[in-house]
Amino acid sequence: MTGFIVRRLIQSGGVILTMTVVVFLGVYAIGNPVDILIPDDATAAERDLAIRSLGLDKPLLVQYTTFLSNLLRGDLGTSFVYNIPSIDLILLRLPATLELALCALFIAIVIGLPLGLMCGLRPGSRLDRVVMGASIVGFSIPNFWQGLMLIMLFSVMLGWLPSTGRGEVGLLFGIETSLATWDGISHLLLPAINLSLYKLSLMIRLTRSGVREIMYLDYVRFARAKGLSEQRIVLVHIMKVVLVPIITVVGMEFGSLIAFATVTETIFAWPGMGKLIIDSIMRLDRPVIAGYLVVIVLLFVLINLVVDIAYSLLDPRIRLGGRTE
Amino acid sequence: MTAVVSQEHPWRRAWQHYRQSPFAVVALMMCSIIILAAVFAPWLAPQDPYDLTVIDFFDSKLPPGSRASTGFLYALGTDGQGRDMFSAMLYGLRISLFVGVLSGLVAIFIGMSLGLMAAYLGGWVDALIMRIVDFMLGFPTILVALMLLAILGQGVDKVIFALILVQWAYFARAVRGAALVERQKEYIEAAQSLGLSKRRIMFGHIMPNCLAPVIVLGTMQVASAISTEATLSFLGLGLPITEPSLGLLISNGYSNMLSGRYWISVYPGVLLLLTVFSINVVGDRLRDVLNPRLSR
Repeated sequence: MTGFIVRRLIQSGGVILTMTVVVFLGVYAIGNPVDILIPDDATAAERDLAIRSLGLDKPLLVQYTTFLSNLLRGDLGTSFVYNIPSIDLILLRLPATLELALCALFIAIVIGLPLGLMCGLRPGSRLDRVVMGASIVGFSIPNFWQGLMLIMLFSVMLGWLPSTGRGEVGLLFGIETSLATWDGISHLLLPAINLSLYKLSLMIRLTRSGVREIMYLDYVRFARAKGLSEQRIVLVHIMKVVLVPIITVVGMEFGSLIAFATVTETIFAWPGMGKLIIDSIMRLDRPVIAGYLVVIVLLFVLINLVVDIAYSLLDPRIRLGGRTE
Repeated sequence: MTAVVSQEHPWRRAWQHYRQSPFAVVALMMCSIIILAAVFAPWLAPQDPYDLTVIDFFDSKLPPGSRASTGFLYALGTDGQGRDMFSAMLYGLRISLFVGVLSGLVAIFIGMSLGLMAAYLGGWVDALIMRIVDFMLGFPTILVALMLLAILGQGVDKVIFALILVQWAYFARAVRGAALVERQKEYIEAAQSLGLSKRRIMFGHIMPNCLAPVIVLGTMQVASAISTEATLSFLGLGLPITEPSLGLLISNGYSNMLSGRYWISVYPGVLLLLTVFSINVVGDRLRDVLNPRLSR
């Protein structure tokens, strides 16, 4: 087990290092911020001063080593636009994004798991057909358009829920969150639904196919033959096995939720880091783009690591397979 | 592939199986109509939305069913520039489909070639290709595309490039998996004993037998590419204003939606949804039909 974790840690380190090169080359070498940041009517002397103060005149390799050593100290440069350290800016916005993603994940699991279970137990039933049809719609409906329709329906036409911002935040267990106030929850509802619909469809399909595969296995038949109650068979015997792949997928999909939050946050003006990155891309605010990428990569590597370890704990075949290598 | 002697062509058999689901047949018909509408958009559209001489700015933001002073009927209303929505949607559909299908085809070509090479050559080639594939698949499509366009800037070619880059790895993985199974079979051994070249075995013998998963995945990926392009264009990072795809049309209507002019965003969105939905249903059915595990 230790060997497995160490090997995964080394792999993660490799991915992070590769990504720093990609991030640096992508953000620092290809784009040209000089044209964007310095007004056209600036004199040549003003231009030079700005280029020097931003360190853009040095050779690429020097810029990269500076970037890397700064990165290790948690310094990703100062935002050209906000004029505060970009990592602070991102970490300030991170909780709002995490809150949104976690709520979306919660909705997807709480609704998706039972629905998938019911469909899987009765394949071909009316409920199954309706839910499976709906899940294809859920897969197909473009996320951003679905968000617009939610706003149109619930904010413009019915006037039930607000469509922009995070609302009033309060303290809940020492964490600042929208879930603490009714105003906050009403602001959170639409973005969370918007972000969750795709994952909800995925959750339903995954659970359904998992249940269908396991339902006819010998050990389930044996449990039935023993005369166990249907409730116990479903909740204990079937769910225990179905949950293993689902936990992995939930972990992976959490990363994708954070990525898709960029779209949701843009539509609902949710003050998270996804909206920040879109704004920064528009203004070519490179330190923020670089900082966002590094934070995202770290987040993804962390999520993948946790998922892999959890999976190897849940399914011994994974780590045993690793040991025989 | 089994020893059963059948005079029936496999495509015919697949179609017999496919049409057992009326829902999927309807989706296939819808899909065909949408493709035809996109291809023949210049002949079907009542107005050329790029021709500034026929567009009257005073007709902007008219609700569906309005008539122009010339008597021209705006069946689905007009947008902020006074363009007939229905015509703009047909042209937008054309661009969306073009971007989705082209990027899908190139991604299939690249992914299939690399997947076959990985499976057939093995060794370090396999390790290298699969490492890159794992790396690519470790990050969500939308994020990679977003970052690429942040760096590259706008443009049809750049969007297509970004979509190819995020898609090829799926095909490489699927083809490698299928090809690894195929290369164990006797007919490959026979081809090798005949002294055929590696390239000929890879592309002439293994590849045709890996097509089933590629067709299924390709269908789904085209749908996903169309959706991703629309999302990117909506965020303002995709296609330029001169190439208004469905995503861009929706984006243009976004600001008008809050003031109740719903049609500028809603109708292009419905068309986008129908397109992606019908392609997905067809892909879903194809998976059932072509999946060798279920049909044998």
